[in-house]
Amino acid sequence: MMISAATTTEGGASLPLDGEVDARHGPILYMEDVSVSFDGFRALNHLSLYIDDGELRCLIGPNGAGKTTLMDVITGKTKPDSGSVFFGQTIDLLELDEPAIAQAGICRKFQKPSVFDALTVFENLELALKTDKRTWPTLFHRLNNEQRDRIQDVLETIALSGQQRQLAGALSHGQKQWLEIGMLLMQDPKVMLVDEPIAGMTHQEVERTAELLLSLQGQHSIVVVEHDMEFVRSIARKVTVLHEGSVLTEGTMDEVQNDTRVIQVYLGG
Amino acid sequence: MKLQDLTKDKTYTTVLLALASVTLLIPLCNLIFPEDSALHFSAYSVSLIGKYLTFALLGLSLDMVWGYAGILVLGQGAFFALGGYAMGMYLMRQIGTRGVYGNAELPDFMVFLNWTELPWYWYGFENFGFAMLMVLLAPGLLAFVFGWLAFRSRVTGVYLSIITQALTYALLLAFFRNEMGFGGNNGLTDFKDILGFNIQSEAVRSVLLMMTGLSLIGALLLCRWIVNSKLGRVVTAIRDQESRVRFLGYRVELFKLWVFVFAAMLAGLAGALYVPQVGIINPSEFSPLNSLEIVIWVAVGGRGTLYGAIIGAVLVNYAKTVLTGLMPDAWLFCLGGAFILVTLLMPDGIVGLLRRRAKPKPTLNATGGQPA
Repeated sequence: MMISAATTTEGGASLPLDGEVDARHGPILYMEDVSVSFDGFRALNHLSLYIDDGELRCLIGPNGAGKTTLMDVITGKTKPDSGSVFFGQTIDLLELDEPAIAQAGICRKFQKPSVFDALTVFENLELALKTDKRTWPTLFHRLNNEQRDRIQDVLETIALSGQQRQLAGALSHGQKQWLEIGMLLMQDPKVMLVDEPIAGMTHQEVERTAELLLSLQGQHSIVVVEHDMEFVRSIARKVTVLHEGSVLTEGTMDEVQNDTRVIQVYLGG
Repeated sequence: MKLQDLTKDKTYTTVLLALASVTLLIPLCNLIFPEDSALHFSAYSVSLIGKYLTFALLGLSLDMVWGYAGILVLGQGAFFALGGYAMGMYLMRQIGTRGVYGNAELPDFMVFLNWTELPWYWYGFENFGFAMLMVLLAPGLLAFVFGWLAFRSRVTGVYLSIITQALTYALLLAFFRNEMGFGGNNGLTDFKDILGFNIQSEAVRSVLLMMTGLSLIGALLLCRWIVNSKLGRVVTAIRDQESRVRFLGYRVELFKLWVFVFAAMLAGLAGALYVPQVGIINPSEFSPLNSLEIVIWVAVGGRGTLYGAIIGAVLVNYAKTVLTGLMPDAWLFCLGGAFILVTLLMPDGIVGLLRRRAKPKPTLNATGGQPA
């Protein structure tokens, strides 16, 4: 009894309801003047970034430019020293913690594929399913037909239908990456933050990942961090270059690649 | 569901059947066969087996929280002892005027301390139902408050283990104090009746064994149901990748708290069944060493399997009974040695060995659940 009381107060409060994200008058995600320091090192330096609804955006930048820190700030893992981060017009992400942000509709794929090795592919997706995630409802949760169909759909999208009963630990590196993308899809997010999705993939897998991401834009806003320039070129409409914790420039891949500052940063000139 | 489910189920069924037969046959034998028959169990051995079963229940509770949620609790004995004290308080109130001082209200040790009235926290313990509620609530509440603070501040790993150890040690020191009103060093003992029946009688011993067996079977079924529920899978996921689960939208601290409180209540129940069968509860039950022993039972049996904890608890405690009879000083060395051997040679414990035998070549792409 005591647990359920705590669950409702902690889990139920301050979570924005579905559909409450208000992106009618501007970007779905915006960060303004955000700074983060770790022991004197400025990981983000007065960074401002705007992501539009349904956009597919690529973030590039040399190591230490602040790409992962930026994702940490958006998902609530790191609280910035200053600045503001809003989801739509109304949701202040700095007031929410990781689970609340995830439930609000911002989901993240990690750089290192993070799937649950001890569970099957199907169970991995089941855990990610968008549903009541408090303790007691989770204990009594049974999948209904609609939810099963949804899992099967996602399994097909990520080409793992044949492996659904296999333990996720037994998947190849590339398959784990896809499974994690599938876990994002199960959460039906408004914003997907995708950190290095093609690491460890074969050429064919890379192509299919590009197709997958392209097919998802429009329905979801997607932010991709990637080092592989060819891959970025194949998917990006708009590229943001980060350098030393702030935005160096933004534009199409061609514009960015011809920008002298970008060339300098990458070549260390 | 999982790939070893078939063999797993076989052992699981065996353990359940073994528990059911112990629960039914031993009390039955005592009823049917006369005292001089070879099939008649002495009151001593009935209590001994009953004690093993309470330890098995305690081991099971630790396996839930350690084997599945990955929280290595080094103070599980504290919850066991609290449940035991709650039961002990009921049994003390049952003594009534038959104590040495013949005081109907106050237990002997309070009269001895010149106390004139019952402390408020002893109120209600003359009522069996209330005492049983406290058996679950006292450990549950402690686990709730402790776990709430610890998990919310994201204390994990070895730090959490050490704090749980400190918790049980603090309780040990507190319960030693006479002013606490729990009998100090001597604890609670000299019990006479339980629900009006003589606690020393063989029939009551048999019933207590039966109750313990039934509780253990019920707890095993319940734990298995929980582990196979979605909550069980979330908890397993937390064990392996805590932060990932948080980013899926689950409040990790509440799931840990849920399992922690549940396990504490199970441990409390085990303690309540233990006390009437051994006839005493004293602060030594809070000793950190006891809690470490529970970890060794589960490790020896095989953690994360539920029935492994039961097998481990019974085997290690049987070995303890035999060895402390033969060479009392050697027991701790044997226990430590067993722990090192298990850690080095059989990380999955006895159950792991059984499984490897049953399935020499585990294939990874088995479409689990289907017989090969």
